[in-house]
Amino acid sequence: MSRWLRLTPVVLLGLLLAALVWRLAHPEDTTIRSRLAGQPVPAFALPAALPGQMGLASADLKGRPRLVNLFASWCVPCIAEAPVLQQLQRRGVVIDGIAIRDRPEDLAAFLAAHGNPFERIGADNASRVQLALGSAGVPESFVVDGRGIIRHQHVGPIEPGDMPTILAELEKAR
Amino acid sequence: MIAEAGLAALWLAAALSLLQLPLTVGHLRGWFDGARTVRSVAIAQGGLTLAAFAMLLLVFARTDLSVALVATNSHSAKPFIYKLAGTWGNHEGSMLLWVMVLALAGALLAIGSRRLSQHTLVAALGAQGALALGFYAFLLFASNPFARLDPAPLEGRGLNPLLQDPGLAFHPPTLYLGYVGLSVAFSLAVGALLTGDVDRAIGRAMRPWVLGAWVLLTLGITAGSYWAYYELGWGGWWFWDPVENASLMPWLAATALLHSVTVLAARGALRAWTMMLAMIAFSMSMVGTFLVRSGILTSVHTFAIDPSRGTFLLALLGIYVGAAFALFALRTGKLKEGAPFELVSRESALVVNNLLLTVILGIVFFGTLYPLFVEALSGEKLSVGPPYFNAVAGPLALLLAALVAVGPLLSWRRETRPVFKKLAIPALLAATALVVSLFAAPQIGWLPRFGLTVAAGLAVASWLPLIRTNPLRTPLATWGMALAHFGVAVAIAGMATDSAFTRERLAAVRPGETLSVGPWLVRLQGLAPAIGPNWTAIEAELRATRGVGVLILKPQTRFFTDPPTETNEAAIATMFGGQLYTVVGKPDGEGRWQLRLWWKPFVTLIWLGGGLIALGGLLALAGRAWRAVRRERRSRPGQSWTRKGYS
Repeated sequence: MSRWLRLTPVVLLGLLLAALVWRLAHPEDTTIRSRLAGQPVPAFALPAALPGQMGLASADLKGRPRLVNLFASWCVPCIAEAPVLQQLQRRGVVIDGIAIRDRPEDLAAFLAAHGNPFERIGADNASRVQLALGSAGVPESFVVDGRGIIRHQHVGPIEPGDMPTILAELEKAR
Repeated sequence: MIAEAGLAALWLAAALSLLQLPLTVGHLRGWFDGARTVRSVAIAQGGLTLAAFAMLLLVFARTDLSVALVATNSHSAKPFIYKLAGTWGNHEGSMLLWVMVLALAGALLAIGSRRLSQHTLVAALGAQGALALGFYAFLLFASNPFARLDPAPLEGRGLNPLLQDPGLAFHPPTLYLGYVGLSVAFSLAVGALLTGDVDRAIGRAMRPWVLGAWVLLTLGITAGSYWAYYELGWGGWWFWDPVENASLMPWLAATALLHSVTVLAARGALRAWTMMLAMIAFSMSMVGTFLVRSGILTSVHTFAIDPSRGTFLLALLGIYVGAAFALFALRTGKLKEGAPFELVSRESALVVNNLLLTVILGIVFFGTLYPLFVEALSGEKLSVGPPYFNAVAGPLALLLAALVAVGPLLSWRRETRPVFKKLAIPALLAATALVVSLFAAPQIGWLPRFGLTVAAGLAVASWLPLIRTNPLRTPLATWGMALAHFGVAVAIAGMATDSAFTRERLAAVRPGETLSVGPWLVRLQGLAPAIGPNWTAIEAELRATRGVGVLILKPQTRFFTDPPTETNEAAIATMFGGQLYTVVGKPDGEGRWQLRLWWKPFVTLIWLGGGLIALGGLLALAGRAWRAVRRERRSRPGQSWTRKGYS
């Protein structure tokens, strides 16, 4: 057996160790980054979720930066999120809602109990818009700038600790 | 006190392993005769680690919450068997089990190897001691299982409910016995390279260890696969998850080693190659240990993430494997050539077997670590999944299985008989299976189709080596080989039918509604709460029928309180033709429940095959042990082991 062949295992081991040392020094980053950031909002037009109020269409998301919140009355984390959305609204953030697979009477009861921070609420009864937005569940929120471009996606409830991030993203989208 | 006694035993064992090193060096240099001392030290070490592990079992059995490990991994409300199994359901405890097996293997090597040259045995024991020393240091400095908590908490934090399963009681110990059993092959290879005695004797000394470890690995992997199948509720039996791969790689290396060590023991050929494989097999075990415990992978198998432990283990891995490979590079140039053989002979069949297994090992290894290499070099993230592994390793595995039909029929050194005539019947059967599958199931993929073809041929061909022999005179090892090869055919048949003919149905149904899956009609009868020792559950009652008779299945969604977790308990009905696999999921709030149903024809053959392979290995091991005992009795009646010869 030639000397080089005999040394191959040592060399391969060296490569393996180098890769493993690198991995230990750079632990895997498991945060999910949205592929939608930088993309325009997909075109949609949803009917009003509550009788006598405004629905929501992609054309409405123009003018100034907005927060689009996907929620539902049957979603427990949405209850936890509700006070944070109200605080954001009090700070001047425009919030639009998309109610996922909801019924008007349940929705009205939910808003009565937990407050209504929304300017418009569209009813996405078949989850079509939710799927087009690449959202896996509720609640989920998108920061959309004045030209209808998605700037930021937030998966899960917005907690008080997330408020600075959301406000900063809205500021950047201006 | 119990915990402190365990810790003391561990420190003593570590001190003994440290002592083993100068003793070994002194003996090998010829300064003094340290052989008996080295052997006694190895045996004492085995006893001490056994004692340490017994102490840990005891604190878990008594749920002594002042021991930190018990407080974080156990709970007073847990059933007793899982309190015991909890001992190895965590990083520190399982590492102690690992080290105990390592030390006990060293002790057994010291007691049992009588036909090996004394020098090689001492060198191998020294290598085993050096291995143990590093892992004692890892336990004592980075993973102390006996650390105390002051003040002791009032209640423990419980065990991951996925692990609260009879499988946990046996799966890890079986695998560890197998992984760490390979350490002896590693140490023997190091010892033989140190003394230069790479010959048939080392092959014979290594063989029972490799065979035993391989049997246990086969059992452990088979059991682990079945556990994942019924406990995770995903309906699959192999996911090419990095941790599964980490357990498969030592098995692939051990399978190759098992066959090449036979060539070395019988013919004295493949010397350097067998030594390399012995080193690779245990290195793969260590790589697996590192992957699972360093926190660089995320999986149900990984323990608490701790980079410092990862660094420690990586250093051990680098030192041991690096030293062994360097020794290989320095010493193999001086090895004598093995006995020659011709192109058509059993040796060359086994060489091809080794090549194919090594290539499959390389494929799995590369696929598992490829994302890591890519990210290190280019920063790009990707994942390698079943499509790669199935497409690349599948055909090679089938090729190997086809070779298994031929290899055992060939004679050593040179084949002159018309062997291929014997293969007419298996070949005919394989062709029939192929044609039938083409007509009866034209839609299935080519991998399962050739799987069925090869399985049909091999199922018969595996028994051919027994034809025209006296069944009572045939060595048990030959029976074992035939059975294990038959097991390969059975397992491949199961994998092929499962991937070709499984039917799946996922739907939301109301009580009273009926779903169909394959030949079955399944009706959701109703749902009721159920209660266990530390969980509550929603239990669905399903009535399944395919014309005659009714089967009742009760899948559950379980809610555990400590720690709060939800698991799916699949209900599986096993019958001759396959398994009906049912999972109940979440309600949709409108009275409907998610039901997931699979009809899996002949899926059980996969694990039956695995069991047969292990049983075949066990038969071979028993046969070899029986022969060794008989030889012993014949040659030296009535001598004590201490004076028995080292030929």
